[in-house]
Parts: sequence; structure tokens; C-alpha cells
Amino acid sequence: MPQAARPKSPHLQIYRWQIQMVSSILHRAAGIALAAGTVLLVCLLASLAAGPEAYANVQHYAASPLGQLLLLGWTWSLAFHLLNGLRHLLEDTGAGFPIKTFVMTGWIAVIGSFVLTALVWACVLLQRGGA
Amino acid sequence: MNDKHLRTPLKNVRGLGPARSGTHHFTVQRITAVALVPLALWFVWFALSLIHLDYAGAHALAARPLNAVLLVAFVLSVFWHAQLGLQVVIEDYVHRPGLEIVSQLAVKFLCVLGALACVLAVVRIALGS
Repeated sequence: MPQAARPKSPHLQIYRWQIQMVSSILHRAAGIALAAGTVLLVCLLASLAAGPEAYANVQHYAASPLGQLLLLGWTWSLAFHLLNGLRHLLEDTGAGFPIKTFVMTGWIAVIGSFVLTALVWACVLLQRGGA
Repeated sequence: MNDKHLRTPLKNVRGLGPARSGTHHFTVQRITAVALVPLALWFVWFALSLIHLDYAGAHALAARPLNAVLLVAFVLSVFWHAQLGLQVVIEDYVHRPGLEIVSQLAVKFLCVLGALACVLAVVRIALGS
């Protein structure tokens, strides 16, 4: 089979992982996660309109361990998609493309997303402690 | 320009590209993205404010005219931006023509329904019904 010996187009398993591709993949993954998270947005607003029982239900599910895990995941997704989105908008102006800058802004988006997530959840824990 | 055609080059370019809509998708995706930068930050503040409020307090906070307007703006931008993003994901990964059309329509319908449900909810909250 001569065809088997032909070089193949490299794909994800072949490339060395680097920040350029990680930030791109994470941007899309976070976007999909956030789109799924809009279900909670609908539930929150609809329950607020519906009445105290419905709102208590949503609060109950949001406070459950699974709910907290999902909220944590959505916080990070929003933080990363926001920071990397700002990076995309910067690149739309034509800036930020030199490799050094591109790698640096990629790391800023990744590390910054964890910092922002930690900040938001520090606020959450502080509010809960104060309540 | 071909002599036999009276169309200008601009007219020929409009509506071209694989999506047959030129740069419209790109432009609207960027406009909603720019809108969502402040709106998303504002929504995080709003969501954090809900934590220590009971139902009446949360309802009153969302009913304040400025907050109600920003909620509607946030919701419309979110679902519009989500539809545009998911559309590209489907274009990239779903290659069976029938399945692609079905999933594109499903995403569009779900996003519109989600946006309508949220807007109706905010209107009900703001009008106190």
C-alpha cells in the first residue's frame, strides 16, 4: 500500500502544545460552555418574574454542590472568554501579532482568567460569610 | 469591470464569501463583543449583589429601571453573540448537510426563544406583575 507511506497532514496529536493553540481552543470551549450557561440566565430571570417559590428553587439548585461547580466553571469561562475576547479585539486592529506579543497576551488571558475567577469567588465567599 | 456588465465591482463583491453575506457576520460578532465587555462586567456585579438578597430584594434590584434596561441589553447581546459563535462552530465541525441545517436552525430558534423568555421575564419584573 504505497498510500500508507504518504506524509499526513499534522493534527492536534502531532503538534507540540503551545499557548497559541491552547488559547484558541479554550476560547471556543469557553464560548460553548457560556452558551450552555444561558439556560441558568433564563431560569434566574424567569423565576424572579414567577415568584418566591420558583426563585427559592433556583437558589436551591445553584447552592447545591453541582450547581456551585457549574457556577465556578462558568465564572472561569466568562473570565477567559472576556480576556481572550479583548485580545481578539486588539488583534482586529492589526496590533498584537508579533510572536513575542502574541504569546505574552495569550498567557495574560490564561493567567488573568484564574485571577479574575479567584476575585469573583472571593467576593462570593465574603458575602456568604457576612450574611 | 466587464463591459457587458453594468454592475459595479462593489455590487459584485457584496454578498460573496462562503456564507454569502460578506463581512456582516464578522462585524456583528465584533459589535456584540464590544457591547458585552461592559455588560458582562455589570452582570457579574448584578449576580454578586443577588447573593445576600432575599426574593423581595432581588426582585426590587432587577426592577430598577436602569438595571432592567441593562439586563435586556445584556440578554440580547448574549444570545445574539452566542448564536453567531455557535454558528461558526457548527460550520466547522458538522459536515452532513442535513444535520448542519437542522443544528443551525435549532441554535437560532433556541437563542431567539431564550432571548424572548428573558426579555419577557425582565418586563414582568420591571412592571411588577
